[in-house]
Amino acid sequence: MADASNPATGTNLGRVLIYAALALTCLYYLLPLYVMVVTSLKSLDEIRTGNLVAPPQNLTFDPWIKAWSSACTGVNCGGMRGYFMNSVMFTIPAVMLSTLIGAANGYVMTMWRSRFSDILFAALMMGCFIPFQVVLLPMARTLGVLGIANSVLGLVFVHTVYGLAFTTLFFRNYYITIPDELVKAAKIDGAGFFLIFRRIILPLSIPIIVVSVIWQFTQVWNDFLFGVVFSSGESQPITVALNNLVNTSTGVKEYNVNMAAAIIAALPTLFVYVVAGKHFVRGLTAGAVKG
Amino acid sequence: MVEDALPRLVVAPTFAAALLFIYGYIAWTAVLSFTTSRMLPSYHFGGLIQYANLFDNARWSVALGNLLVFGVGFVVICLVVGLTLAILLDQNIRAEGFIRSVYLYPMALSFIVTGTAWKWLLNPELGFEKVMHDFGFADFSFDWLINPDRAIYCVVIAGVWQSSGFVMALFLAGLRGIDDSIIKAARVDGASLPTIYRRIILPSLWPTFFSCFMILAHIAIKSFDLVMALTGGGPGFASDVPATFMYAFAFTRNQIGMGAASAMMMLMIVVAVIVPFLYSDLRGGRRG
Amino acid sequence: MSALSIREVRKAHQGTPILKGINLEIEDGEFLCLVGPSGCGKSTLLSMIAGLDTIDSGEVSIGGRVVNHLSPKDRDIAMVFQSYALYPNMSVRENVSFGLEIRKVPQAERQAIVQRVAQTLQMEHLLDRKPSQLSGGQRQRVAMGRAIARDPALFLFDEPLSNLDAKLRVEMRTEIKLLHKRMGTTIVYVTHDQIEAMTLSDRIAVMRAGEVQQFASPQEIYDNPVNLFVAGFMGSPSMNFIRAKVETQGAGFGLRLDTHGASHLMPAQGIDAALRSRVGQEVIFGVRPEQITHRPDGAGADQLHTLRLPVELVEPTGPDTLLLVPINGQEVTCRVHPTHACAAGEHLDLTFDLSKAVYFDAKTEQRLL
Repeated sequence: MADASNPATGTNLGRVLIYAALALTCLYYLLPLYVMVVTSLKSLDEIRTGNLVAPPQNLTFDPWIKAWSSACTGVNCGGMRGYFMNSVMFTIPAVMLSTLIGAANGYVMTMWRSRFSDILFAALMMGCFIPFQVVLLPMARTLGVLGIANSVLGLVFVHTVYGLAFTTLFFRNYYITIPDELVKAAKIDGAGFFLIFRRIILPLSIPIIVVSVIWQFTQVWNDFLFGVVFSSGESQPITVALNNLVNTSTGVKEYNVNMAAAIIAALPTLFVYVVAGKHFVRGLTAGAVKG
Repeated sequence: MVEDALPRLVVAPTFAAALLFIYGYIAWTAVLSFTTSRMLPSYHFGGLIQYANLFDNARWSVALGNLLVFGVGFVVICLVVGLTLAILLDQNIRAEGFIRSVYLYPMALSFIVTGTAWKWLLNPELGFEKVMHDFGFADFSFDWLINPDRAIYCVVIAGVWQSSGFVMALFLAGLRGIDDSIIKAARVDGASLPTIYRRIILPSLWPTFFSCFMILAHIAIKSFDLVMALTGGGPGFASDVPATFMYAFAFTRNQIGMGAASAMMMLMIVVAVIVPFLYSDLRGGRRG
Repeated sequence: MSALSIREVRKAHQGTPILKGINLEIEDGEFLCLVGPSGCGKSTLLSMIAGLDTIDSGEVSIGGRVVNHLSPKDRDIAMVFQSYALYPNMSVRENVSFGLEIRKVPQAERQAIVQRVAQTLQMEHLLDRKPSQLSGGQRQRVAMGRAIARDPALFLFDEPLSNLDAKLRVEMRTEIKLLHKRMGTTIVYVTHDQIEAMTLSDRIAVMRAGEVQQFASPQEIYDNPVNLFVAGFMGSPSMNFIRAKVETQGAGFGLRLDTHGASHLMPAQGIDAALRSRVGQEVIFGVRPEQITHRPDGAGADQLHTLRLPVELVEPTGPDTLLLVPINGQEVTCRVHPTHACAAGEHLDLTFDLSKAVYFDAKTEQRLL
């Protein structure tokens, strides 16, 4: 929007100030990550005597090893490994299911629109707004009745159900930009509901599938509320385990192990962010259409 | 015709799920909030007793007060920081892509991770305070995390750190969406850059502002993980918010009725904050 | 047996009528244009023929078979869309053969058909491209190829040329006409462009507000419009409508035309019965620009009437020059050969050819006969 010939920003001093401000804020945003990384590579002694922002004098990977395989959360001393796998186990199916169902819903809501699907859309939007606290008690009871409380399966179920509102919104808003003449042409060519979806619509959906998967992945992986309410002990996700680790009141606080564990918990979403950051941004902006 | 039934059949499970898991459960929670349920759900009608108890509860008052402090602080600071960064970043910055990624990466993190990181940074003995001591400011004291009057501000600091980059991204997208020719026209009319921003660019960012407000308000009201990780609601219950209150009463203190009532109050707060905005927005004619 | 027959077809959307009882019938091999301003219901009617839209009441039959309740794929039709609606993820070849594949046409036969269609439309070199790699005209061609491949009983075209630039539109128009001539398949063609309708069709249905105003051959519609709307819609520049008072003139009747102080009585012939009751009232005198020109052509002398008129504006178009003259306070367009044009502000003798003049009631806007 503003271009280089812009007279007001063209002055050298102004440019310098802008760059200085941007650089400083960059430091501010990077500082916590930096501190986490250096802390996780220091020994506890060094942490106590040294400076928060100083780079490690004696590089050690022991905190990482401990965080991964032997740190204690409560009574369990198996490190983050098991909880990390728990998160993987429920995140992947929940992301795939909610994306697939969301795509089908979006397809119906745009290409096979009816009063019924309009009502559903309006009804679903509420799912984007409610504070989940308002469904926790009944859901806890339901999972108990279904026999999937405190299990990975229960978390798959909960995350799929409450992810649907967002994935449906994503796909609907994307499909609405596809001309419906395409579906009309396919109908005249003789294709039916599923064939049109599979052969015409899905191949066009790659960008929005990426957005939906990334969004759902970060949401589900980073979730704490459902994890802490609907799981316990061995079945807990990594966010809950991390919180337990950090807030365990017994023994010496091992800040370096805590930081290593925090980075481990953050790595998958950070990885996705680095690899597909562009789509991530687009997903966030699309989700913001109606938050 | 079969062709007519199929689409309905495909969305029917979602429809049923929405009815049950959203509306049904809200109703169920509402029912629970009118009962005398404690450790186990009972369906003995208790009228408004849970709500009465809730509002008599000092901890709930603290939680509401904290929500107000956190909500206003978090939303306002995020908006100001986000908009400022977006405008700065929109001045033909060379490393724009990189800088944008730096601002945005906290959004990829769990609030638990953010909370853990800031808990360490703000650690009264070994954190930020010590850094200042090492730099020679021997009297510098920063104990907000364990100060009952200040703990909630720590939550604001960490929350802003995590979410302001996202607000920046939305505003930047909004700025990029403004028609170039309008700005050219304003320049031809002789408007200075500050005037162009004040009179043309900022007013046309209203829809973005609106979206940001909705999202931020929503994050603030639901805010749970960040508080749990950063302060655990403490010291004592000084930094409790409604979400942590609800969790504590419903799941650790076995006060199901009160938990349900507090959950309903959270829903009311969301409705009270978001519906007027949504309404004014719909009246304004903007389509989502 | 008629190729397409539409009987008393009605449609309403949320209480608002969109089609108010349409009746149309065309023979095998005919080219029908549905023409009218946007919102007249022409595209809805086409959608209903295709089976993409439901019919509230009435009957649509294709090849003698009532298709009201058949889905599009069972109607033996093919359609070309305004946006072309090419499947973006498929190559041209796949686009053309998709419908055949769904109808379980064997692979070898499919290939042969694609080859033949590609030859017919001269697009063999495009077969392996994706739609995004094609120009607008090429996409249009592929969309037609996709329709042809299926060899349907009825082709439906929904404003197929309106996304093309002016030059290409004329080229493709000719090509569609040639194609129709060669294949001889029945075509229903929706357009808002009256020149397209005139040039392409055997018969035109002029629609307005959910009703067919006139259903006839292009020349008939041009020469004998049934009402003011049809007369004004067809033809460019459009017909002049001069409001004029009816007066008696000897045994017959005339229309009073005033221009810059001068007053003339224009004889009106052939509609004495209608004018007799309207003496002293206004009627609308319809005359096309080419019927007000510099010299008499074929018509008999008694049908010609020359007035000396002041020229206000001169618009050369190349082959003709349009002159604007004021009559009864209105701008009237005349069409003369450039060599006979004068400068603005001058007076010119202009001859009215009354043999094709039409008259309309000022209130009902219906043709006076």
